[in-house]
Amino acid sequence: MADKKPILTIKNLYKSFGALKATDDVSLDLYEGEIHALIGPNGAGKSTLIKQISGDYQSDSGSIHFLDQDLAGLGVAERARAGLGRTFQVSSLALEFSALRNVMLAVQSKSGSSFKFFKSVQKDADLIEPAMQMLKEVGLEGRADIPAAELSHGERRQLEVAIALALKPKAFLLDEPMAGLGPAGSKNLTGFLDQLRHQAPILLVEHDMDAVFALADRISVLVYGRIIAAGTVDEIRGNPLVREAYLGEEAS
Amino acid sequence: MVNLSRENGFNFLLAAGLLIIPFIAQSMDEPFGITLATRVAVLALAGVGLNLALGSGGLVSFGHAAFFGLGGYVAGILAHHALNYEPIMLSPFEINGTTEMLIIWPLAMLVSGLAALLIGYFSLRTSGVYFIMITLAFAQMIYYFAISWPAYGGEDGLPIYLRNTFPGVNTMDPISFFLIAYVILLLVIALVHVLNNSRFGAALQAARQNDERLSAVGIAPFNIRLVAFVISAMITGLAGALQADLLKFVDPSALSWHMSGEIMIFVILGGVGRLFGPVAGAALFILFESIFGGMTEYWMLFLGAVLLIVVLFARGGLVGFIAGKARHG
Ligand SMILES: Nc1ncnc2c1ncn2[C@@H]1O[C@H](COP(=O)(O)OP(=O)(O)O)[C@@H](O)[C@H]1O
Ligand SMILES: [Mg+2]
Repeated sequence: MADKKPILTIKNLYKSFGALKATDDVSLDLYEGEIHALIGPNGAGKSTLIKQISGDYQSDSGSIHFLDQDLAGLGVAERARAGLGRTFQVSSLALEFSALRNVMLAVQSKSGSSFKFFKSVQKDADLIEPAMQMLKEVGLEGRADIPAAELSHGERRQLEVAIALALKPKAFLLDEPMAGLGPAGSKNLTGFLDQLRHQAPILLVEHDMDAVFALADRISVLVYGRIIAAGTVDEIRGNPLVREAYLGEEAS
Repeated sequence: MVNLSRENGFNFLLAAGLLIIPFIAQSMDEPFGITLATRVAVLALAGVGLNLALGSGGLVSFGHAAFFGLGGYVAGILAHHALNYEPIMLSPFEINGTTEMLIIWPLAMLVSGLAALLIGYFSLRTSGVYFIMITLAFAQMIYYFAISWPAYGGEDGLPIYLRNTFPGVNTMDPISFFLIAYVILLLVIALVHVLNNSRFGAALQAARQNDERLSAVGIAPFNIRLVAFVISAMITGLAGALQADLLKFVDPSALSWHMSGEIMIFVILGGVGRLFGPVAGAALFILFESIFGGMTEYWMLFLGAVLLIVVLFARGGLVGFIAGKARHG
Protein backbone atom coordinates (compact mmCIF):
# COMPACT_ATOMS: atom_id res chain seq x y z
CA MET A 1 0.00 0.00 0.00
CA ALA A 2 3.04 2.23 0.34
CA ASP A 3 2.63 3.59 -3.18
CA LYS A 4 -0.96 4.63 -2.60
CA LYS A 5 -2.18 7.52 -0.52
CA PRO A 6 -4.83 7.19 2.14
CA ILE A 7 -8.16 8.83 1.30
CA LEU A 8 -9.39 8.64 4.86
CA THR A 9 -7.18 8.70 7.95
CA ILE A 10 -8.50 8.21 11.46
CA LYS A 11 -6.17 8.81 14.39
CA ASN A 12 -6.72 7.99 18.08
CA LEU A 13 -10.46 8.42 18.00
CA TYR A 14 -12.49 8.25 21.22
CA LYS A 15 -16.19 8.35 21.97
CA SER A 16 -17.98 7.51 25.21
CA PHE A 17 -21.65 7.26 26.06
CA GLY A 18 -21.54 7.87 29.79
CA ALA A 19 -19.27 5.19 31.22
CA LEU A 20 -19.39 3.13 28.04
CA LYS A 21 -16.37 3.51 25.79
CA ALA A 22 -17.93 2.94 22.37
CA THR A 23 -14.81 4.05 20.49
CA ASP A 24 -11.57 3.54 22.37
CA ASP A 25 -8.41 4.81 20.69
CA VAL A 26 -9.30 3.77 17.16
CA SER A 27 -6.89 4.49 14.31
CA LEU A 28 -7.40 3.24 10.79
CA ASP A 29 -7.10 4.36 7.22
CA LEU A 30 -8.69 3.74 3.89
CA TYR A 31 -6.62 3.63 0.72
CA GLU A 32 -7.60 4.31 -2.85
CA GLY A 33 -9.11 1.30 -4.58
CA GLU A 34 -9.52 -0.87 -1.50
CA ILE A 35 -12.26 -2.37 0.56
CA HIS A 36 -11.43 -2.08 4.22
CA ALA A 37 -13.78 -4.25 6.23
CA LEU A 38 -14.65 -3.43 9.81
CA ILE A 39 -15.93 -6.46 11.70
CA GLY A 40 -16.76 -7.20 15.29
CA PRO A 41 -19.54 -8.53 17.49
CA ASN A 42 -22.77 -6.66 18.07
CA GLY A 43 -22.29 -3.58 20.20
CA ALA A 44 -18.57 -3.40 19.38
CA GLY A 45 -18.93 0.19 18.20
CA LYS A 46 -18.89 -0.23 14.42
CA SER A 47 -21.91 1.93 13.74
CA THR A 48 -20.68 4.47 16.25
CA LEU A 49 -17.41 4.76 14.37
CA ILE A 50 -19.24 5.20 11.05
CA LYS A 51 -21.37 7.93 12.63
CA GLN A 52 -18.29 9.69 13.95
CA ILE A 53 -16.86 9.71 10.45
CA SER A 54 -20.12 10.83 8.85
CA GLY A 55 -20.52 13.59 11.42
CA ASP A 56 -23.64 12.31 13.18
CA TYR A 57 -21.66 11.93 16.38
CA GLN A 58 -19.03 14.30 17.71
CA SER A 59 -15.85 12.55 18.75
CA ASP A 60 -14.52 13.13 22.25
CA SER A 61 -11.00 13.35 20.87
CA GLY A 62 -8.86 12.24 17.97
CA SER A 63 -8.84 13.32 14.35
CA ILE A 64 -10.40 12.35 11.05
CA HIS A 65 -8.78 13.51 7.83
CA PHE A 66 -10.50 13.02 4.51
CA LEU A 67 -8.69 13.94 1.29
CA ASP A 68 -6.17 15.92 3.36
CA GLN A 69 -8.97 17.90 4.97
CA ASP A 70 -9.55 17.89 8.73
CA LEU A 71 -13.23 17.05 9.21
CA ALA A 72 -13.40 18.51 12.72
CA GLY A 73 -16.27 20.96 13.03
CA LEU A 74 -17.96 19.92 9.78
CA GLY A 75 -21.59 18.80 9.93
CA VAL A 76 -23.14 15.76 8.27
CA ALA A 77 -24.20 17.63 5.14
CA GLU A 78 -20.80 19.27 4.72
CA ARG A 79 -19.03 15.93 5.04
CA ALA A 80 -21.39 14.39 2.50
CA ARG A 81 -20.61 17.23 0.09
CA ALA A 82 -16.90 16.73 0.74
CA GLY A 83 -17.37 13.25 -0.73
CA LEU A 84 -18.44 10.80 1.96
CA GLY A 85 -21.22 8.57 0.65
CA ARG A 86 -22.84 6.42 3.27
CA THR A 87 -25.60 3.90 3.76
CA PHE A 88 -27.39 3.33 7.04
CA GLN A 89 -27.55 0.08 8.96
CA VAL A 90 -31.29 0.68 9.25
CA SER A 91 -32.55 2.14 5.96
CA SER A 92 -33.14 5.86 6.19
CA LEU A 93 -35.17 7.18 3.28
CA ALA A 94 -37.72 9.85 2.42
CA LEU A 95 -40.57 7.37 2.70
CA GLU A 96 -43.28 9.35 0.89
CA PHE A 97 -41.06 9.98 -2.10
CA SER A 98 -40.72 7.46 -4.88
CA ALA A 99 -37.46 5.56 -5.26
CA LEU A 100 -36.59 7.85 -8.15
CA ARG A 101 -37.22 11.02 -6.16
CA ASN A 102 -35.04 9.73 -3.34
CA VAL A 103 -32.16 9.40 -5.78
CA MET A 104 -33.03 12.70 -7.46
CA LEU A 105 -32.45 14.38 -4.12
CA ALA A 106 -28.86 13.18 -4.16
CA VAL A 107 -28.40 14.22 -7.78
CA GLN A 108 -29.81 17.62 -6.90
CA SER A 109 -27.37 18.01 -4.03
CA LYS A 110 -24.47 16.96 -6.24
CA SER A 111 -25.42 19.33 -9.05
CA GLY A 112 -25.34 22.47 -6.94
CA SER A 113 -27.63 24.61 -4.83
CA SER A 114 -31.00 23.46 -3.57
CA PHE A 115 -32.07 27.09 -3.41
CA LYS A 116 -33.74 26.90 -6.79
CA PHE A 117 -37.34 27.87 -6.42
CA PHE A 118 -39.05 27.84 -9.78
CA LYS A 119 -38.17 25.00 -12.11
CA SER A 120 -40.21 21.87 -11.52
CA VAL A 121 -38.21 18.78 -10.61
CA GLN A 122 -40.88 16.52 -12.13
CA LYS A 123 -39.72 17.30 -15.63
CA ASP A 124 -36.09 18.10 -14.90
CA ALA A 125 -34.10 15.73 -17.10
CA ASP A 126 -30.87 16.85 -15.41
CA LEU A 127 -32.14 15.20 -12.25
CA ILE A 128 -34.26 12.37 -13.61
CA GLU A 129 -31.80 10.86 -16.07
CA PRO A 130 -28.80 10.49 -13.74
CA ALA A 131 -31.11 9.25 -10.98
CA MET A 132 -32.62 6.65 -13.30
CA GLN A 133 -29.10 5.56 -14.26
CA MET A 134 -28.25 4.93 -10.61
CA LEU A 135 -31.44 2.91 -10.11
CA LYS A 136 -30.44 0.82 -13.12
CA GLU A 137 -27.02 0.16 -11.63
CA VAL A 138 -28.57 -1.40 -8.55
CA GLY A 139 -31.37 -3.08 -10.51
CA LEU A 140 -34.24 -0.98 -9.21
CA GLU A 141 -35.27 0.77 -12.42
CA GLY A 142 -38.51 -1.21 -12.54
CA ARG A 143 -39.49 0.21 -9.14
CA ALA A 144 -38.63 3.85 -9.84
CA ASP A 145 -42.14 5.19 -9.22
CA ILE A 146 -42.90 3.20 -6.09
CA PRO A 147 -42.90 5.20 -2.84
CA ALA A 148 -39.99 4.16 -0.65
CA ALA A 149 -42.48 3.20 2.07
CA GLU A 150 -43.85 0.47 -0.23
CA LEU A 151 -40.48 -1.03 -1.20
CA SER A 152 -39.40 -4.34 0.28
CA HIS A 153 -36.61 -4.43 2.83
CA GLY A 154 -34.12 -5.60 0.22
CA GLU A 155 -35.20 -2.94 -2.25
CA ARG A 156 -34.68 -0.26 0.35
CA ARG A 157 -31.14 -1.50 0.90
CA GLN A 158 -30.56 -1.29 -2.86
CA LEU A 159 -32.06 2.19 -2.92
CA GLU A 160 -29.66 3.30 -0.20
CA VAL A 161 -26.78 2.17 -2.36
CA ALA A 162 -28.21 3.95 -5.42
CA ILE A 163 -28.46 7.19 -3.44
CA ALA A 164 -24.87 6.86 -2.24
CA LEU A 165 -23.75 6.20 -5.83
CA ALA A 166 -25.53 9.31 -7.07
CA LEU A 167 -23.36 11.43 -4.80
CA LYS A 168 -20.30 10.27 -6.75
CA PRO A 169 -18.46 10.07 -3.43
CA LYS A 170 -14.71 9.88 -2.91
CA ALA A 171 -15.23 7.19 -0.28
CA PHE A 172 -18.11 4.94 0.72
CA LEU A 173 -19.12 4.21 4.31
CA LEU A 174 -21.40 1.18 4.17
CA ASP A 175 -22.95 0.01 7.43
CA GLU A 176 -24.06 -3.61 6.99
CA PRO A 177 -25.40 -3.25 3.46
CA MET A 178 -26.11 -7.01 3.25
CA ALA A 179 -28.24 -7.14 6.39
CA GLY A 180 -31.47 -8.96 5.66
CA LEU A 181 -30.80 -9.35 1.94
CA GLY A 182 -30.86 -13.15 1.85
CA PRO A 183 -28.23 -15.33 0.15
CA ALA A 184 -29.04 -14.32 -3.44
CA GLY A 185 -29.18 -10.63 -2.61
CA SER A 186 -25.91 -10.81 -0.68
CA LYS A 187 -24.19 -12.56 -3.54
CA ASN A 188 -25.43 -9.95 -5.98
CA LEU A 189 -24.31 -7.07 -3.83
CA THR A 190 -20.94 -8.73 -3.22
CA GLY A 191 -20.30 -8.74 -6.96
CA PHE A 192 -21.42 -5.15 -7.18
CA LEU A 193 -19.18 -3.90 -4.35
CA ASP A 194 -16.24 -5.77 -5.84
CA GLN A 195 -16.47 -3.45 -8.85
CA LEU A 196 -17.46 -0.39 -6.83
CA ARG A 197 -14.08 -0.23 -5.07
CA HIS A 198 -12.55 1.02 -8.31
CA GLN A 199 -14.88 4.02 -8.26
CA ALA A 200 -14.08 4.89 -4.66
CA PRO A 201 -12.70 2.97 -1.70
CA ILE A 202 -15.14 1.39 0.73
CA LEU A 203 -15.12 1.21 4.51
CA LEU A 204 -17.40 -1.79 4.90
CA VAL A 205 -19.08 -2.81 8.12
CA GLU A 206 -20.42 -6.28 7.55
CA HIS A 207 -21.57 -9.32 9.48
CA ASP A 208 -21.69 -11.63 6.48
CA MET A 209 -18.26 -13.30 6.78
CA ASP A 210 -18.42 -14.90 3.33
CA ALA A 211 -18.84 -11.44 1.85
CA VAL A 212 -16.10 -9.95 4.00
CA PHE A 213 -13.57 -12.67 3.18
CA ALA A 214 -14.46 -12.46 -0.52
CA LEU A 215 -14.19 -8.70 -0.74
CA ALA A 216 -11.85 -7.21 1.82
CA ASP A 217 -8.35 -6.08 1.01
CA ARG A 218 -7.86 -5.47 4.70
CA ILE A 219 -9.86 -6.19 7.82
CA SER A 220 -9.95 -4.42 11.16
CA VAL A 221 -11.54 -6.22 14.08
CA LEU A 222 -13.33 -4.09 16.63
CA VAL A 223 -14.20 -5.43 20.08
CA TYR A 224 -15.50 -3.21 22.91
CA GLY A 225 -14.54 -0.11 20.95
CA ARG A 226 -10.92 -1.21 20.42
CA ILE A 227 -9.26 -2.52 17.32
CA ILE A 228 -7.82 -5.83 18.52
CA ALA A 229 -6.42 -6.90 15.17
CA ALA A 230 -5.91 -5.55 11.67
CA GLY A 231 -4.51 -7.16 8.55
CA THR A 232 -5.24 -9.06 5.39
CA VAL A 233 -7.93 -11.71 5.14
CA ASP A 234 -5.42 -14.49 5.77
CA GLU A 235 -3.85 -12.74 8.74
CA ILE A 236 -7.23 -12.17 10.36
CA ARG A 237 -8.40 -15.71 9.66
CA GLY A 238 -5.34 -17.08 11.38
CA ASN A 239 -5.34 -14.68 14.32
CA PRO A 240 -6.15 -16.60 17.55
CA LEU A 241 -7.34 -13.46 19.34
CA VAL A 242 -9.87 -12.86 16.62
CA ARG A 243 -11.00 -16.46 16.57
CA GLU A 244 -11.62 -16.26 20.26
CA ALA A 245 -13.31 -12.87 20.37
CA TYR A 246 -15.34 -13.07 17.25
CA LEU A 247 -15.01 -15.82 14.72
CA GLY A 248 -15.24 -18.52 17.38
CA GLU A 249 -18.46 -17.03 18.54
CA GLU A 250 -19.79 -17.08 14.99
CA ALA A 251 -18.74 -20.69 14.44
CA SER A 252 -20.38 -21.99 17.59
CA MET B 1 -53.79 10.35 -10.82
CA VAL B 2 -57.56 10.03 -10.33
CA ASN B 3 -57.03 11.57 -6.94
CA LEU B 4 -55.06 14.46 -8.32
CA SER B 5 -57.72 15.46 -10.84
CA ARG B 6 -60.33 15.13 -8.14
CA GLU B 7 -58.33 17.42 -5.90
CA ASN B 8 -57.89 19.88 -8.77
CA GLY B 9 -61.64 19.81 -9.35
CA PHE B 10 -62.35 20.51 -5.71
CA ASN B 11 -59.77 23.29 -5.66
CA PHE B 12 -61.45 24.82 -8.69
CA LEU B 13 -64.83 24.67 -6.97
CA LEU B 14 -63.39 26.35 -3.87
CA ALA B 15 -61.81 29.12 -5.92
CA ALA B 16 -64.93 29.65 -8.03
CA GLY B 17 -67.23 29.52 -5.03
CA LEU B 18 -65.22 32.07 -3.13
CA LEU B 19 -65.25 34.37 -6.17
CA ILE B 20 -69.00 34.12 -6.75
CA ILE B 21 -70.19 34.65 -3.17
CA PRO B 22 -69.47 38.39 -2.91
CA PHE B 23 -71.27 39.05 -6.19
CA ILE B 24 -74.30 37.09 -5.05
CA ALA B 25 -74.18 38.95 -1.75
CA GLN B 26 -74.10 42.24 -3.58
CA SER B 27 -77.00 41.37 -5.84
CA MET B 28 -78.99 40.41 -2.76
CA ASP B 29 -77.97 43.66 -1.12
CA GLU B 30 -76.15 41.84 1.69
CA PRO B 31 -72.83 43.66 1.88
CA PHE B 32 -71.88 41.66 4.94
CA GLY B 33 -71.46 38.64 2.70
CA ILE B 34 -68.73 40.49 0.83
CA THR B 35 -66.90 41.14 4.08
CA LEU B 36 -67.15 37.47 5.03
CA ALA B 37 -65.74 36.36 1.69
CA THR B 38 -62.93 38.88 2.05
CA ARG B 39 -62.18 37.53 5.50
CA VAL B 40 -62.02 34.03 4.08
CA ALA B 41 -59.56 35.17 1.41
CA VAL B 42 -57.35 37.02 3.90
CA LEU B 43 -57.37 34.30 6.55
CA ALA B 44 -56.81 31.63 3.91
CA LEU B 45 -53.76 33.58 2.78
CA ALA B 46 -52.43 33.55 6.35
CA GLY B 47 -53.03 29.80 6.34
CA VAL B 48 -51.29 29.35 2.99
CA GLY B 49 -48.25 30.92 4.63
CA LEU B 50 -48.35 28.58 7.61
CA ASN B 51 -49.08 25.61 5.36
CA LEU B 52 -45.73 26.05 3.63
CA ALA B 53 -43.94 25.69 6.97
CA LEU B 54 -46.31 23.17 8.53
CA GLY B 55 -47.51 21.12 5.58
CA SER B 56 -44.48 21.06 3.33
CA GLY B 57 -41.80 21.47 5.96
CA GLY B 58 -43.39 19.78 8.98
CA LEU B 59 -42.64 22.86 11.10
CA VAL B 60 -45.40 23.15 13.67
CA SER B 61 -45.17 26.87 14.28
CA PHE B 62 -47.46 28.05 17.04
CA GLY B 63 -46.26 31.60 16.57
CA HIS B 64 -47.43 32.65 13.15
CA ALA B 65 -49.61 35.35 14.71
CA ALA B 66 -46.32 37.19 15.22
CA PHE B 67 -46.00 37.58 11.47
CA PHE B 68 -49.71 38.19 10.91
CA GLY B 69 -49.71 40.92 13.54
CA LEU B 70 -46.45 42.48 12.41
CA GLY B 71 -47.80 42.72 8.86
CA GLY B 72 -50.91 44.36 10.27
CA TYR B 73 -48.94 46.83 12.34
CA VAL B 74 -46.75 47.76 9.37
CA ALA B 75 -49.92 48.69 7.46
CA GLY B 76 -51.38 50.49 10.47
CA ILE B 77 -48.26 52.39 11.42
CA LEU B 78 -47.47 53.51 7.87
CA ALA B 79 -51.04 54.72 7.38
CA HIS B 80 -51.06 56.41 10.79
CA HIS B 81 -47.94 58.43 9.95
CA ALA B 82 -49.11 59.26 6.45
CA LEU B 83 -52.41 60.63 7.74
CA ASN B 84 -50.70 62.63 10.54
CA TYR B 85 -47.95 63.91 8.26
CA GLU B 86 -45.46 62.85 10.94
CA PRO B 87 -42.31 61.13 9.69
CA ILE B 88 -41.70 57.71 11.25
CA MET B 89 -38.11 58.71 11.84
CA LEU B 90 -35.86 61.62 10.98
CA SER B 91 -32.35 60.30 11.42
CA PRO B 92 -30.21 58.95 9.93
CA PHE B 93 -32.67 59.59 7.11
CA GLU B 94 -36.27 60.60 7.00
CA ILE B 95 -38.88 57.86 6.59
CA ASN B 96 -42.44 58.91 6.00
CA GLY B 97 -45.67 57.00 6.26
CA THR B 98 -47.59 55.94 3.19
CA THR B 99 -51.06 54.80 2.24
CA GLU B 100 -49.92 52.99 -0.91
CA MET B 101 -50.62 49.28 -0.62
CA LEU B 102 -47.93 48.61 -3.20
CA ILE B 103 -45.38 50.04 -0.77
CA ILE B 104 -47.03 48.73 2.39
CA TRP B 105 -47.16 45.10 1.26
CA PRO B 106 -43.45 44.66 0.49
CA LEU B 107 -42.59 46.38 3.77
CA ALA B 108 -45.00 44.17 5.70
CA MET B 109 -43.37 41.15 4.09
CA LEU B 110 -39.90 42.49 4.79
CA VAL B 111 -40.60 43.06 8.48
CA SER B 112 -42.30 39.66 8.89
CA GLY B 113 -39.49 37.99 7.00
CA LEU B 114 -36.80 39.59 9.17
CA ALA B 115 -38.67 38.60 12.32
CA ALA B 116 -38.91 35.04 10.99
CA LEU B 117 -35.21 35.01 10.21
CA LEU B 118 -34.46 35.85 13.82
CA ILE B 119 -37.12 33.59 15.36
CA GLY B 120 -36.31 30.75 12.98
CA TYR B 121 -32.59 31.05 13.57
CA PHE B 122 -33.12 30.16 17.22
CA SER B 123 -36.23 27.99 17.15
CA LEU B 124 -35.23 25.77 14.21
CA ARG B 125 -32.42 24.30 16.28
CA THR B 126 -35.14 22.52 18.21
CA SER B 127 -37.93 20.27 17.07
CA GLY B 128 -41.17 18.73 18.25
CA VAL B 129 -42.76 20.23 21.33
CA TYR B 130 -39.78 22.52 21.94
CA PHE B 131 -40.23 24.12 18.54
CA ILE B 132 -43.93 24.66 19.23
CA MET B 133 -43.16 26.26 22.59
CA ILE B 134 -40.34 28.49 21.38
CA THR B 135 -42.31 29.87 18.43
CA LEU B 136 -45.18 30.51 20.84
CA ALA B 137 -42.85 32.25 23.28
CA PHE B 138 -41.41 34.56 20.62
CA ALA B 139 -44.88 35.50 19.44
CA GLN B 140 -45.99 36.22 23.00
CA MET B 141 -42.97 38.49 23.48
CA ILE B 142 -44.04 40.56 20.50
CA TYR B 143 -47.64 40.51 21.71
CA TYR B 144 -46.73 41.90 25.13
CA PHE B 145 -44.47 44.44 23.54
CA ALA B 146 -47.36 45.71 21.39
CA ILE B 147 -49.65 45.88 24.42
CA SER B 148 -47.20 47.86 26.48
CA TRP B 149 -46.01 50.27 23.81
CA PRO B 150 -48.31 53.27 23.96
CA ALA B 151 -47.09 55.06 20.82
CA TYR B 152 -49.31 52.96 18.56
CA GLY B 153 -52.32 52.53 20.77
CA GLY B 154 -51.05 49.81 23.09
CA GLU B 155 -53.86 47.58 24.14
CA ASP B 156 -56.46 49.71 22.35
CA GLY B 157 -54.95 49.16 18.95
CA LEU B 158 -54.46 51.48 16.04
CA PRO B 159 -57.22 52.62 13.70
CA ILE B 160 -56.74 53.10 9.98
CA TYR B 161 -59.17 55.91 9.23
CA LEU B 162 -59.13 55.51 5.47
CA ARG B 163 -58.38 52.21 3.82
CA ASN B 164 -54.99 52.32 2.10
CA THR B 165 -54.96 52.88 -1.63
CA PHE B 166 -54.19 50.85 -4.72
CA PRO B 167 -53.57 52.53 -8.09
CA GLY B 168 -56.67 52.54 -10.25
CA VAL B 169 -58.88 50.78 -7.68
CA ASN B 170 -61.34 52.25 -5.22
CA THR B 171 -60.33 50.20 -2.20
CA MET B 172 -63.24 51.51 -0.15
CA ASP B 173 -65.57 49.63 -2.48
CA PRO B 174 -66.03 46.25 -0.76
CA ILE B 175 -66.05 44.18 -3.95
CA SER B 176 -62.91 45.89 -5.23
CA PHE B 177 -61.09 45.24 -1.99
CA PHE B 178 -62.30 41.65 -2.04
CA LEU B 179 -60.89 41.23 -5.54
CA ILE B 180 -57.52 42.55 -4.42
CA ALA B 181 -57.38 40.00 -1.60
CA TYR B 182 -58.68 37.24 -3.85
CA VAL B 183 -56.18 37.84 -6.65
CA ILE B 184 -53.30 37.94 -4.14
CA LEU B 185 -54.53 34.69 -2.59
CA LEU B 186 -54.59 32.89 -5.93
CA LEU B 187 -51.22 34.31 -7.01
CA VAL B 188 -49.61 33.21 -3.76
CA ILE B 189 -51.17 29.74 -3.99
CA ALA B 190 -49.74 29.44 -7.50
CA LEU B 191 -46.36 30.54 -6.20
CA VAL B 192 -46.46 27.99 -3.38
CA HIS B 193 -47.38 25.30 -5.89
CA VAL B 194 -44.33 26.18 -7.99
CA LEU B 195 -42.16 26.29 -4.86
CA ASN B 196 -43.32 22.87 -3.70
CA ASN B 197 -42.38 21.33 -7.03
CA SER B 198 -38.97 22.97 -7.22
CA ARG B 199 -35.63 21.67 -5.97
CA PHE B 200 -36.14 23.76 -2.88
CA GLY B 201 -39.55 22.20 -2.34
CA ALA B 202 -38.12 18.72 -2.80
CA ALA B 203 -35.49 19.42 -0.15
CA LEU B 204 -38.08 20.94 2.19
CA GLN B 205 -40.40 17.95 1.91
CA ALA B 206 -37.48 15.59 2.38
CA ALA B 207 -36.54 17.51 5.54
CA ARG B 208 -40.04 16.85 6.86
CA GLN B 209 -39.94 13.15 5.98
CA ASN B 210 -36.42 12.37 7.13
CA ASP B 211 -33.84 15.00 7.88
CA GLU B 212 -31.14 12.38 8.47
CA ARG B 213 -31.58 11.33 4.82
CA LEU B 214 -31.41 14.92 3.61
CA SER B 215 -28.16 15.61 5.49
CA ALA B 216 -26.69 12.36 4.24
CA VAL B 217 -27.05 13.54 0.64
CA GLY B 218 -25.31 16.79 1.56
CA ILE B 219 -28.20 19.21 2.01
CA ALA B 220 -28.31 20.90 5.43
CA PRO B 221 -31.92 20.75 6.69
CA PHE B 222 -31.51 23.82 8.88
CA ASN B 223 -30.83 26.16 5.95
CA ILE B 224 -33.72 24.79 3.93
CA ARG B 225 -36.10 25.09 6.87
CA LEU B 226 -34.98 28.59 7.72
CA VAL B 227 -35.65 29.87 4.20
CA ALA B 228 -39.03 28.10 4.16
CA PHE B 229 -39.90 29.60 7.53
CA VAL B 230 -39.05 33.08 6.26
CA ILE B 231 -41.10 32.72 3.07
CA SER B 232 -43.95 31.27 5.11
CA ALA B 233 -43.84 34.25 7.48
CA MET B 234 -43.76 36.75 4.62
CA ILE B 235 -46.97 35.29 3.21
CA THR B 236 -48.69 35.38 6.59
CA GLY B 237 -47.38 38.92 7.12
CA LEU B 238 -48.92 40.01 3.83
CA ALA B 239 -52.22 38.54 5.00
CA GLY B 240 -51.86 40.56 8.21
CA ALA B 241 -51.49 43.78 6.22
CA LEU B 242 -54.62 42.95 4.23
CA GLN B 243 -56.53 42.11 7.39
CA ALA B 244 -55.61 45.50 8.91
CA ASP B 245 -56.99 47.19 5.81
CA LEU B 246 -60.09 45.01 5.82
CA LEU B 247 -60.90 45.88 9.43
CA LYS B 248 -59.40 49.38 9.12
CA PHE B 249 -57.89 48.57 12.46
CA VAL B 250 -55.05 46.61 13.97
CA ASP B 251 -54.63 45.67 17.61
CA PRO B 252 -52.56 43.24 19.65
CA SER B 253 -55.13 40.46 19.22
CA ALA B 254 -53.66 39.98 15.72
CA LEU B 255 -50.46 38.96 17.54
CA SER B 256 -52.05 36.75 20.18
CA TRP B 257 -51.75 33.01 20.55
CA HIS B 258 -55.46 32.74 19.72
CA MET B 259 -54.62 34.03 16.28
CA SER B 260 -51.74 31.53 15.94
CA GLY B 261 -54.18 28.82 16.90
CA GLU B 262 -56.78 30.00 14.40
CA ILE B 263 -54.29 30.02 11.55
CA MET B 264 -53.30 26.50 12.50
CA ILE B 265 -56.97 25.48 12.60
CA PHE B 266 -57.47 26.71 9.02
CA VAL B 267 -54.62 24.51 7.88
CA ILE B 268 -55.69 21.42 9.84
CA LEU B 269 -59.40 21.71 8.97
CA GLY B 270 -58.64 22.14 5.28
CA GLY B 271 -55.88 19.56 5.09
CA VAL B 272 -52.26 19.89 6.14
CA GLY B 273 -49.99 20.20 3.11
CA ARG B 274 -52.87 20.43 0.63
CA LEU B 275 -52.56 23.35 -1.76
CA PHE B 276 -56.09 24.69 -1.20
CA GLY B 277 -56.39 23.30 2.32
CA PRO B 278 -56.23 26.71 4.00
CA VAL B 279 -58.96 28.04 1.70
CA ALA B 280 -61.25 25.18 2.65
CA GLY B 281 -60.28 25.55 6.31
CA ALA B 282 -60.79 29.31 6.48
CA ALA B 283 -64.12 28.97 4.68
CA LEU B 284 -65.28 26.31 7.15
CA PHE B 285 -64.12 28.44 10.05
CA ILE B 286 -65.97 31.54 8.88
CA LEU B 287 -69.03 29.43 8.05
CA PHE B 288 -69.05 28.01 11.55
CA GLU B 289 -68.50 31.37 13.08
CA SER B 290 -71.37 32.97 11.18
CA ILE B 291 -73.82 30.11 11.70
CA PHE B 292 -73.10 29.25 15.33
CA GLY B 293 -71.43 32.44 16.49
CA GLY B 294 -74.80 34.22 16.51
CA MET B 295 -76.56 31.43 18.39
CA THR B 296 -74.11 30.72 21.15
CA GLU B 297 -70.99 32.10 22.71
CA TYR B 298 -69.66 28.60 22.80
CA TRP B 299 -69.41 28.14 19.04
CA MET B 300 -65.69 27.54 19.48
CA LEU B 301 -66.67 24.39 21.32
CA PHE B 302 -68.40 23.09 18.18
CA LEU B 303 -65.35 24.01 16.21
CA GLY B 304 -63.17 22.19 18.70
CA ALA B 305 -65.31 19.07 18.28
CA VAL B 306 -65.02 19.24 14.49
CA LEU B 307 -61.29 19.77 14.81
CA LEU B 308 -61.02 16.72 17.02
CA ILE B 309 -62.92 14.63 14.48
CA VAL B 310 -60.62 15.83 11.71
CA VAL B 311 -57.48 15.09 13.70
CA LEU B 312 -58.73 11.65 14.74
CA PHE B 313 -60.57 10.43 11.66
CA ALA B 314 -59.79 12.63 8.66
CA ARG B 315 -56.10 13.41 8.77
CA GLY B 316 -56.18 14.99 5.31
CA GLY B 317 -58.77 17.54 6.42
CA LEU B 318 -61.61 18.53 4.13
CA VAL B 319 -59.48 18.32 0.99
CA GLY B 320 -58.19 14.91 2.00
CA PHE B 321 -61.72 13.74 2.79
CA ILE B 322 -62.87 14.68 -0.70
CA ALA B 323 -59.80 13.95 -2.81
CA GLY B 324 -58.12 11.14 -0.88
CA LYS B 325 -54.57 10.74 0.32
CA ALA B 326 -51.87 13.01 -1.06
CA ARG B 327 -49.30 11.39 -3.33
CA HIS B 328 -45.91 12.56 -4.43
CA GLY B 329 -44.60 12.05 -7.93
N1 LIG C 1 -26.53 7.26 20.89
C1 LIG C 1 -26.11 6.36 21.80
N2 LIG C 1 -26.30 6.57 23.12
C2 LIG C 1 -25.89 5.68 24.02
N3 LIG C 1 -25.26 4.54 23.73
C3 LIG C 1 -25.04 4.27 22.44
C4 LIG C 1 -25.46 5.15 21.40
N4 LIG C 1 -25.11 4.62 20.19
C5 LIG C 1 -24.51 3.46 20.48
N5 LIG C 1 -24.47 3.24 21.81
C6 LIG C 1 -23.84 2.08 22.48
O1 LIG C 1 -22.54 1.98 22.01
C7 LIG C 1 -22.18 0.63 21.81
C8 LIG C 1 -21.78 0.41 20.38
O2 LIG C 1 -22.94 0.47 19.56
P1 LIG C 1 -22.85 0.36 17.98
O3 LIG C 1 -21.85 1.32 17.50
O4 LIG C 1 -24.23 0.49 17.44
O5 LIG C 1 -22.33 -1.13 17.79
P2 LIG C 1 -22.26 -2.03 16.50
O6 LIG C 1 -22.64 -1.21 15.30
O7 LIG C 1 -20.84 -2.50 16.44
O8 LIG C 1 -23.20 -3.17 16.73
C9 LIG C 1 -23.40 -0.20 22.22
O9 LIG C 1 -23.21 -0.65 23.53
C10 LIG C 1 -24.53 0.78 22.14
O10 LIG C 1 -25.53 0.45 23.04
MG1 LIG D 1 -24.14 -1.42 13.96
